[in-house]
Amino acid sequence: MTEVLSLLGDGMLLSLQPLNLMMIMIGVTVGLFIGAMPGLGSVNGVAILLPVTFLVPPGSAIIFLAAIYYGAMYGGAVSSVTLGIPGASTAVATTFDGRPLALKGRASLALVTAALASFIGGTVANILFTLFAPLLASVALSFGPPEVFALMLLAFATFVGLGGDDIPKTIFSICFGLTLGAVGFDQISGAPRLVLFEYNGFLQGIGFLVLAIGVYGIGEMLWTIDQTRGDITSTTPKMTVKGMATDAKEATKRGWKGTAIGSFLGFFVGILPAAGATPGSLMSYGVAKMVSRNPEEFGKGSVDGVAAPEAANNSASTGSMLPMLTLGIPGSPTTAILLGGMVIWGLVPGPRLFVDEQEFVWGLIGSFYISNAAALLINLAFIPVFIWMLRMPFTILAPMIFVLSIVGGYAATRDMFDIWLIVGFGIGAFFLRKFDYPLAPAVLAIVLGPIAEPTLRQSLLLSSGDPAIFFTRPVAGPITIIAIILILLPGLKLIRRKMGAHSKKPAQ
Amino acid sequence: MNFSKRMLLGLVGASVLASAPLTALAEDWQPRKPIDFVIMAGAGGGADQIARFIQSVAEQKDLTTRPLVPNNKGGGSGAEALIHVSTANDPDHTILVTLNSFFTTPLRQENLGIDIQTFTPVAMMGVDPFVLWVHKDSGITTLDEYVAKVQEMGGEYVMGGTGAGQEDSIVIAFMSEAYGLDINYIPYDGGGAVAKDLAGQQIMATVNNPAEAKGFYEAGDFVPLLAFSDERMPAYPDVPTLKEMGHDFSYYNQRAVVGAPGMSDEAAAYYQDLFTTIYESEEWQGYLASESLSPLWMDAAEQRDYWALQVDNHKSLLAALGE
Repeated sequence: MTEVLSLLGDGMLLSLQPLNLMMIMIGVTVGLFIGAMPGLGSVNGVAILLPVTFLVPPGSAIIFLAAIYYGAMYGGAVSSVTLGIPGASTAVATTFDGRPLALKGRASLALVTAALASFIGGTVANILFTLFAPLLASVALSFGPPEVFALMLLAFATFVGLGGDDIPKTIFSICFGLTLGAVGFDQISGAPRLVLFEYNGFLQGIGFLVLAIGVYGIGEMLWTIDQTRGDITSTTPKMTVKGMATDAKEATKRGWKGTAIGSFLGFFVGILPAAGATPGSLMSYGVAKMVSRNPEEFGKGSVDGVAAPEAANNSASTGSMLPMLTLGIPGSPTTAILLGGMVIWGLVPGPRLFVDEQEFVWGLIGSFYISNAAALLINLAFIPVFIWMLRMPFTILAPMIFVLSIVGGYAATRDMFDIWLIVGFGIGAFFLRKFDYPLAPAVLAIVLGPIAEPTLRQSLLLSSGDPAIFFTRPVAGPITIIAIILILLPGLKLIRRKMGAHSKKPAQ
Repeated sequence: MNFSKRMLLGLVGASVLASAPLTALAEDWQPRKPIDFVIMAGAGGGADQIARFIQSVAEQKDLTTRPLVPNNKGGGSGAEALIHVSTANDPDHTILVTLNSFFTTPLRQENLGIDIQTFTPVAMMGVDPFVLWVHKDSGITTLDEYVAKVQEMGGEYVMGGTGAGQEDSIVIAFMSEAYGLDINYIPYDGGGAVAKDLAGQQIMATVNNPAEAKGFYEAGDFVPLLAFSDERMPAYPDVPTLKEMGHDFSYYNQRAVVGAPGMSDEAAAYYQDLFTTIYESEEWQGYLASESLSPLWMDAAEQRDYWALQVDNHKSLLAALGE
């Protein structure tokens, strides 16, 4: 352990060398803006800047990539809060409460919360990583298809409560998302499914970001236009150092719970190779709402609701480095690109990496700590700039949101077909919202459905069709049972309320 | 209306004039925008590793004026990638890293309407052998023990792979036929996920490329039992081949790069040149050796013949499997 700490210290010192520190500063700043662009996430940032890394030594290169990665994670929250468009897939859950806060004129509170939660999430993940990396690798391995499915079931269970009290509408929304997630090729049989009207565009499946940008970009814009009836409105947020300090205090007071949940849950979901940061942040949001004392605040501007997903996406991003380094399996698209970079530098990711390349591994983790701190400072410094954007009247902002949604949607897949889908989803989302259908569960379902469905079918193949496999395995069993209890809970509450009302009647 | 038309014509004329000296100067075709580098498989598997390695070599040596942008499209055993590439609106900037599903997927899903001979040959980077792996905790160290174990479990023996009709399933099917094995086969979305679940002992054995299993083999977790190559592999000299066992069967995964249908001859020549340079690089030759791939260099015409031969081979293999 002392050896590990000294290697880690070396890593941090290495990151503080002038060249590396400069790489971190540039990487974080570039990452912040790439992350803030809707549609572009850390994956694009890392891919675009990979060539730069060949100009510097491998150590500096990986530090640079990690800095971009961190910067983008912070940046994702920015457009989620200020424009209501998720800046990256990992920041979708941040729009749920970040946007309402901004509309109330509390954008600075939302951004400060996001920055602090991200920092704490990243730090917790780094510490867990440092202490338990080899142990956690074996946890990741113990998650086979039944365990992953049980976890997905748990995620859905936490979301049944997300749509407010209207459970039938929530279930409709989940089913709608699941159906969209099933479009495209079936992994198990290889056959195409739900290729509507024989459009080849559907063969590739419906991207999660396409739905999210449609619903939250276009849909939100239409909703605001409808609500304001074309009035010229603008929020007038002010930004001072003192204001920021007050915000930080309020963020700590009202967001610590969400931050704690996001930091730990996000990390745990992140280390599972099948999952990654997006499911991690969505699940943390669900759990934070479930355990909150004021669940009715969620979706209307809860500070916990911003803190949980933001802590989780940073924590999960660090977590997803673990399967990449120890198993050679990328946990997210970004780590897949990092993996490519490592191979060319002559490093073989896999179980031997922690033994053979100690210096590299701990140097990398040391740089995580530094990048995370740098990202916090740079992000806080830029918050006034982002707030300034919000002072534009909505009549100017609305077309900007529209353009950014379209450009962002196209940048993600470079396919015109997705643009039409985004517009279609946006209009659909507007009407669903008019009829009070919750949309967050649909977004969750399209992310988790494509993970849950193949693992369900793999599990049943493993057990030759016997569903007992979800209950008898030591890890899957308890998770499944908790999930089922959570799913039944709202129903039980409803029955109890009815029975309570019933028993009161005779007394009246 | 007239005005705008004239203006448009004027603009076109001006741009032709402006670009004329440029095209005259540049003798060879060069990419004008990022190259869509499509991979027929999910992230983490053999094809993906190779694509990312190639991309890194190209970046490091600054071989292309525009970057290769990896694009994983593994859905439907590569059908997603084949459709994406064959309907590409810019065939000059779309290339595909293939595996054998390049041959099998169009055969198994005729309704896709893919004719692989319309694609443009670029380079055959090598062929990847297959090896049968078990986890060290199973205690199995030889093929005989493996066969005895599978037969004893009577249909309960679980193996993972990348899907029905995929490369590893063809190998497993042949092996099952030859030794009378009844295997419960679980499909995954890529070779990386398969190897991970063998490491976690969620499944009992796999047929993986050496590159996908190497890390776990070096850590001592995986035990190789049988190679499906023509000769023993230098990196695994103690692992017998199926041929030695008296079954005339070997199977390799092609690691080839092809261009989109309708690619111009100039662009094809550019990519053939580019990948020849990469193939001959020290890095790629080192990769072939360390990951146990066999070199199998071919020119464009030879590649087309090879495709036709492989389509025939896979037709009879799939027919024998009852696909």
